[in-house]
Amino acid sequence: MTGEAVTISVMRTGEVEHTDTAARKAFGFWIYLMTDLVLFAALFATFAVMSRSYAGGPAGKDLFSLPDVFTETMFLLSSSATYGLAMLATYNGRKGLVLAGLAVTFVLGLGFISMEVSEFHAMILDGNGPWRSAFLSAVFTLVGTHGTHVIFGLIWMLVMMVQIFTKGLTAPVQSRLLCLSMFWHFLDIVWIGVFTVVYLMGSM
Amino acid sequence: MNQTSIDSVGAGDSIRAGDSAGAGKGTFRSYATGFILSVALTAIPFVLVVQGMLSYRVTRIAIFSAAIVQILVHLYYFLHINASSRARWYVLAMLFALLIMLLIVGGTIWIMYHLNYRLM
Repeated sequence: MTGEAVTISVMRTGEVEHTDTAARKAFGFWIYLMTDLVLFAALFATFAVMSRSYAGGPAGKDLFSLPDVFTETMFLLSSSATYGLAMLATYNGRKGLVLAGLAVTFVLGLGFISMEVSEFHAMILDGNGPWRSAFLSAVFTLVGTHGTHVIFGLIWMLVMMVQIFTKGLTAPVQSRLLCLSMFWHFLDIVWIGVFTVVYLMGSM
Repeated sequence: MNQTSIDSVGAGDSIRAGDSAGAGKGTFRSYATGFILSVALTAIPFVLVVQGMLSYRVTRIAIFSAAIVQILVHLYYFLHINASSRARWYVLAMLFALLIMLLIVGGTIWIMYHLNYRLM
């Protein structure tokens, strides 16, 4: 079905080839996200196995602050919504609004990651770093991998803001913004798994 | 469905990369709905765990159900993965990834717990 549609599109006008390329890039990026999901699945499986291997160290109950995790979650969730609004502005060609939307998204994402870093920092200062127990190794690896993704997403967002500023909302820029939007929403989905399995289950 | 794509191409002048890229395009309404539902589906499990008013078993079922529903909400309202033909390949790729995930997570837990049981 997509094949036929694409052929017709290309026959119609030359400009459509851009659209076609963008659609392919978006789908290719989706495939990458699915492989990333498999990577996270492996980390979730590791966590499930190690989730009670405390080695005499602290359990989730003693470490996690659910109000903080809830705030973190709200930061990431709001950033997903504001990125969506930035995408709407992109479709409407409103450059200023796109930049504003991305800036808000960036600040919310930064809020999320700074809370996570300070949480990790406090745990390490208390001697509960990843070396303390298999449980903590699994926590740091899983949550840290997600956090690293968020950091790369933030860097990508900065790059896109510079590109919008210098190049404007050209077809390639729009295509990259779409891939970043999928990346950002995807990270939010992974976070649902993280806060449910690591934080909520760990605090019960 | 070919008709739809011809139409969207026919609209012509204002073609932007976003129009046909990805599995679909959101609206203000879809993002707002998705956001409100997600806030509710996050707040409910947090309240359940903090209050601890239900039994361990029920709470566990509730928070996992809320997570699964919220993932579906994100897929539908934020990533626009739906039943449309445009999203078909996205859904197929995702189902395949889910199968692999099930094998990895399910298989690991199955093997490791049995190992634990036999060695302890």
